[in-house]
Amino acid sequence: MTTASSVPTGDLTTQILQKLSQQSPIVTSEAFPSIPSKDVKAALDRLGSRSMITYETQTREEVVLEPEAEQIIEHGSHESRVFEALRQAVEGLSVQELQQAIGDKNVVSAGQKVGFKDKWIAKGKEGKLVATVDSIQDTTRAQLLEIRETRTAEPKQVSELKKRKLVKMQKVISFTVDKGPKFALEIEKEETDLTFEMLSSGSWKDTKFKPYNFNALGSEQHAGALHPLNKVRHEFRQIFFEMGFEEMPTNKFVETGFWNFDALFVPQQHPARDMQDTFYISDPKVADRPRAEVEGQDTQQYWNNVKEVHQDGKFGSTGYKYPWSADESLKLVLRTHTTSISTAMLYKLASRKGPDGRPPPARYFSIDRVFRNETVDATHLAEFHQVEGVIADYGLTLGGLMEFMEVFFTKMGITDLKFKPAYNPYTEPSMEIFSYHKGLGKLVEIGNSGMFRPEMLESMGLPKDMRVFGWGLSLERPTMIKYKISNIRELLGHKVDLNFIERNPAVRLEKE
Amino acid sequence: MPTIGVDKYKLFEALGKKFTTEEFDDLCFDYGIELDEDTENQERPVVNGVQEPPQLKIEIPANRYDMLCFEGIALNLNVFLGRIPPPKYRIVEPKSADEPTIVVKPETAQVRPLVAGAVLRGIKFDQDRYNSFIALQDKLHANLARNRTLVSIGTHDLDTVKGPFTYEAQPPRDISFRPLNQEKEMNAEELMSYYENDKHLGRFLHIIRDAPVYPVIYDANRVVCSLPPIINGDHSKITLNTTNIFIEITATDLTKLQIVTDMMVTMFSEYCTEQFTVEPVKIVSEHNNLTRVTPSLKPRVAQAEVDYMNSCTGLGESPEGLCKLLSKMAYHAKPSTSDKNLLDVEVPITRPDVLHQCDIMEDLAVCYGFNNLPRTAPSRSATVGGPLMVNKLSDIVRIEAAMAGWSEVMPLILCSHEENFEWLNRKDDGTKVIRLANPKTLEYQVVRTSLLPGLLKTIRENKGHSVPIKIFEVSDVGFKDESLERKAHNERHFAAAWCGRNSGFEVVHGLLDRVLSMLRTAFLTNEEGLHGKSIDYEVRENPGKPDGYWIEELNEDTFFAGHAASVYLRLGGKERRIGEFGILHPSVLEKFEIRYPVSTLEINLEVFL
Repeated sequence: MTTASSVPTGDLTTQILQKLSQQSPIVTSEAFPSIPSKDVKAALDRLGSRSMITYETQTREEVVLEPEAEQIIEHGSHESRVFEALRQAVEGLSVQELQQAIGDKNVVSAGQKVGFKDKWIAKGKEGKLVATVDSIQDTTRAQLLEIRETRTAEPKQVSELKKRKLVKMQKVISFTVDKGPKFALEIEKEETDLTFEMLSSGSWKDTKFKPYNFNALGSEQHAGALHPLNKVRHEFRQIFFEMGFEEMPTNKFVETGFWNFDALFVPQQHPARDMQDTFYISDPKVADRPRAEVEGQDTQQYWNNVKEVHQDGKFGSTGYKYPWSADESLKLVLRTHTTSISTAMLYKLASRKGPDGRPPPARYFSIDRVFRNETVDATHLAEFHQVEGVIADYGLTLGGLMEFMEVFFTKMGITDLKFKPAYNPYTEPSMEIFSYHKGLGKLVEIGNSGMFRPEMLESMGLPKDMRVFGWGLSLERPTMIKYKISNIRELLGHKVDLNFIERNPAVRLEKE
Repeated sequence: MPTIGVDKYKLFEALGKKFTTEEFDDLCFDYGIELDEDTENQERPVVNGVQEPPQLKIEIPANRYDMLCFEGIALNLNVFLGRIPPPKYRIVEPKSADEPTIVVKPETAQVRPLVAGAVLRGIKFDQDRYNSFIALQDKLHANLARNRTLVSIGTHDLDTVKGPFTYEAQPPRDISFRPLNQEKEMNAEELMSYYENDKHLGRFLHIIRDAPVYPVIYDANRVVCSLPPIINGDHSKITLNTTNIFIEITATDLTKLQIVTDMMVTMFSEYCTEQFTVEPVKIVSEHNNLTRVTPSLKPRVAQAEVDYMNSCTGLGESPEGLCKLLSKMAYHAKPSTSDKNLLDVEVPITRPDVLHQCDIMEDLAVCYGFNNLPRTAPSRSATVGGPLMVNKLSDIVRIEAAMAGWSEVMPLILCSHEENFEWLNRKDDGTKVIRLANPKTLEYQVVRTSLLPGLLKTIRENKGHSVPIKIFEVSDVGFKDESLERKAHNERHFAAAWCGRNSGFEVVHGLLDRVLSMLRTAFLTNEEGLHGKSIDYEVRENPGKPDGYWIEELNEDTFFAGHAASVYLRLGGKERRIGEFGILHPSVLEKFEIRYPVSTLEINLEVFL
C-alpha cells in the first residue's frame, strides 16, 4: 500500500530468505529480535504471496525489564549499593555522606529501608550508619539477570517485581517460518501494474505480475456528494413533475400574518399564532397590506373579505365572530408553513381565465424550509422542510383525494394507506394519512391532507364549485424513517457528519 | 391537541362493550380521535394504597371542545355507535322563587366586561364526576380560554349564597375575602402577592394585575363569590355533597364566553335531577345593552345543500339517507320543506366549531367512514408541470460542484448575530439583516445574510473528518427590503469552503471558474478598463462590452490581507459585484474554532436567472 516501507522490508525479505537457506524453520523473534513484528509480518506477507515461504503466527507473553531493572543489573540493587558503601567506610557514614557516596537519593532511601528490615545495617556512633555483617547476597539482581536471559519467571516472583515496578508483561508476536514451494534466495522482480511503457516496449510479454489482492477495496475516489436530504427532495420533485405539478415560488422566508394565517382562515387567537410557536420579526417591523401581483386582483376586496369572514361571517360561513385586528394581520413572521405561498398562488389563480372564462385547473407543489419556534430536541428543529401539493379543479371529491394519495405514495414505495378524520383550521374535511410500517409494526402518520375551506377560497374570488386539495408532509420524517435516523440533527444543520453525506447511497424511494 | 385521560373500564361500561385495545383504537381512528396510550399494562401510581385504575389517554382534535371530559367522550361515541339518540338540551324555569340574577356594573368594562351564568339543579356528584367537573374547567381554561385571558369559570354551591348577584369592578384594596382553601381573609392586593410564586395560579395574575380595578362577583349579602380570572371564594366552594351549582363565567370575548358556558352546562346537565336540563341566569347589563338570559341552548339551524354534500363525498345519498347518516354525529337533520336540494340541519349547541356546510359535509364523511368512501379519479384536467427557475439554476450549480468533488451540506438558515457578523469581522449597518423578535435561544437571532456561518460551523463540528474538507451549499439568505409588501426578500447564493493543511485559495478559485464556465460565463482578463471597485453591488450599465466575469483584489477584514478577491460580472451589458472569495482571516478561524486554514467562496446566483 505504501511505498515508503518497501525499502526496509526489501532488505528484511532477503535476510529472511538467507536465514531460511541455512536453517529451516526459523523463529523470527529469535532470528530478528530487534525488528518490530509488524515489519516482519509485512515482509513475510510479501514472500508468502509469492509462495516462497509459509509461516504460522504465535503469540506469547514475556516478562520484560523496566529501565530501573536494567540499572540494577548494571550497578547492583539499591540495598546492595547501600551496604557496599557502608562496608567500605569503616567509621560508618551519616545519611548525608551516604547520599554523597551513592549520588541518588532514591537508591539510598529504598536501600536503607531493606537494610534495616533485614538487620544488616544499624545506627552507630554519632548517629552514623554502619554495616553489621560482612557480606550480603544481592538476590534481586540475580533474579533480574535470570529474567533477562529467559524472559520468564515464577508467577509469584513476577507479581512481586511488578509491584516494585521492575518488570512488566509484554505480548510478543512471533512467526515460525518455513520454506515454501517456490523458495529461492531472491525475490523475482514482479510488476504490480501494466504501464504505458510496457505496452510500447512490448516488455509486458516477459514480465511477471504480482497477484492482485482481491480482498482489498479499490482506491478512494475523493468523490463529491449531494446531501441525502436533497437527494430525497429530488425524488419528490421528480414525482411531482411526473404528475404535472408546477413548482411554486417559495423563496420567501418572511411572511405577513395575513398570508401565513388570516388568509388561511386561522383565527387571530389561534394557539399557532402564539409567540410560543411562531417566530415573529422585530426588524423590519410592519408589513404592507397585500399588493396586486397580477392584473385583475382587487386586493382591497380580498382584504375586506378576509376580515368579514373572520369577524362577521360570509360565503355561507358564520365566521369566528371576534373583532379582527388589521395590526395582527400586518405583523411579520417567519413562515410556519409553505401554505402561505399556496394561498398566494391560489389568489393569483382566481384572476386567471381559462378557455371558458373561469380560473383553469391547476397543480402546484413546493419543497422548502419552514420555521417553528420549537424547543430543539431529537425530533424537533426550529427549521425543517415542508413538502406541499395543491390541486385545484372543478367537482373534486374526497375519494379523488384519497386516490391521488395512493398514486403519489405508491411512487415512493408506500402503499395501503388509511385515512383518519382530523382537524385543521384551513381544510375541511381534513385527513391524516397513515401507512402501516413493517419495521415499527404499526400505523404511522405520513402526512396531512384535506380540501381547503370554502371561506378561504371564495374570499379570493375563486368560483364556488372549484375545490382545492392540499396536502403536506415533512421531508425529514420519511427520510429519517428510510435511513433509520433517530435524531433530526444528524440529518439537517451543521452537526451532520460529513462521512454520512459522503457515503450515503443513491435514493430510490420506490425500492424497499 | 389536548389529551384526555379517562378510566378505561368506566368508559367501556358507559359504551356498553368491553373493547379490546385494538377495537377501541379502530373506533377512535374512524371517529377522528386518537388513542394515545392504554396504561393497562404499565406501572400505575398507587394512591392511598389503591393502584390507579387503567386509563385510556385520548387525543382530542383542537375543535372538539365537547370531548374534553369523560362525559363528552362517552356521549359522542355512544351517539356515533347508535346506542343513544343525540340528547336534547333544555332550559327549564327556576325551581326556587328567587331566580338568580347577575347585575353588571359599568366599571367592569375597564377590566373584564362580560359575564354569563347558569344553574345546574339536583346534581349527583361522586368522586369521578367531581374530578371530571374540575378537570373540564382546567381544559377549557387552558385551550379555548387561552389560559383564562379570554374566559374564566367560577363554580359555586348555590345553597351557600343568595341572589341577586352583582358583577363589579373595584380597587384591589377594597376587595376582601377568604380565597378558596385558605385560612385567612385577605384583600386583592395581598392576594396578588400571596399567589405571586404559586405554580398553578401565578401565571394568571398578569391578566388583571396592572388594572386600576379588579373584577369581583358578590352575592346579595356581599359575600365574594370569586375574583375572576384568579380564584373563587372559599365560602361558596363546591364539594362532593353539593347538589345545586351556580356557574358564573366572565370574559373578554363574547363568542368564547357563550361557547364555554354551553360546554360547562351541557356536559354536566347529564347528572341533573332532570337529565339535560339547565336553569338560566338573568344578566342585567344595561350600560352595554347586553341584558339577556344565559344560556339559551338554542341549536343553530344551518342549511346544507344535498348536491354539495353528495358531490364532495362522492356519495349518491337521498336527502333522507343523508339525514340518517348525520344523526351519528348528533345532528338533527331533515329535508327542507321549501327546497328539495336543502337539508335543515340542527347543529348541536355543543358544536360551535361547525361554521359552514363544509363542516357538516366532513361529519357526513366521518359517519360514512372515510375509508369506505367511493374512490374516483383524482382530477380530470391535464396540467403541465415545471420547475421554479431559481431551483433549476441551483440544481445545475449543485451538480457541477458535486461533480468537481465537493460535498453538499445543509446548515440552518437561522443563526446568531455574532456568527453572521462579528465572528466574520463584518459590521451590521442595520439595513440588511432580518431580526427575530422572540427566539428561545441565542442560536436563532437573525436570518443569515451569508452562507458562510453554516459552512464554518459544519467544519467545526466535523473535527474528526480527514482534511481536506471540501463543502458547498446552494440555498437562500434573507435581506430586509422596505420596498416590498413583506419587507424582505430571499436571495439564492452559492458558497463553498475548503479546509486543509494549506489554504486551498487556488482550489476555491478554480471552483468559481468551473461553475461560472458551466453557466456560460467567460473569464475576462487583459481587457481595458476592468474596474469593479467603483460599482461594487450597484448595477452599472455598460452595453456593447462582451459578457463575462473578472476578479479584483479585495481588502475586507473577513479575509487574510492580499488573499481575497471580489467577483464582478457583466451580463447583458450590466456590471455588478456578485460575491467574493479568499483565505479566511485567522481571527475568523479562531472564532469558529477551526485549526486549519480555510478558503471560502460565496456568490449570488440570482443574476444568472
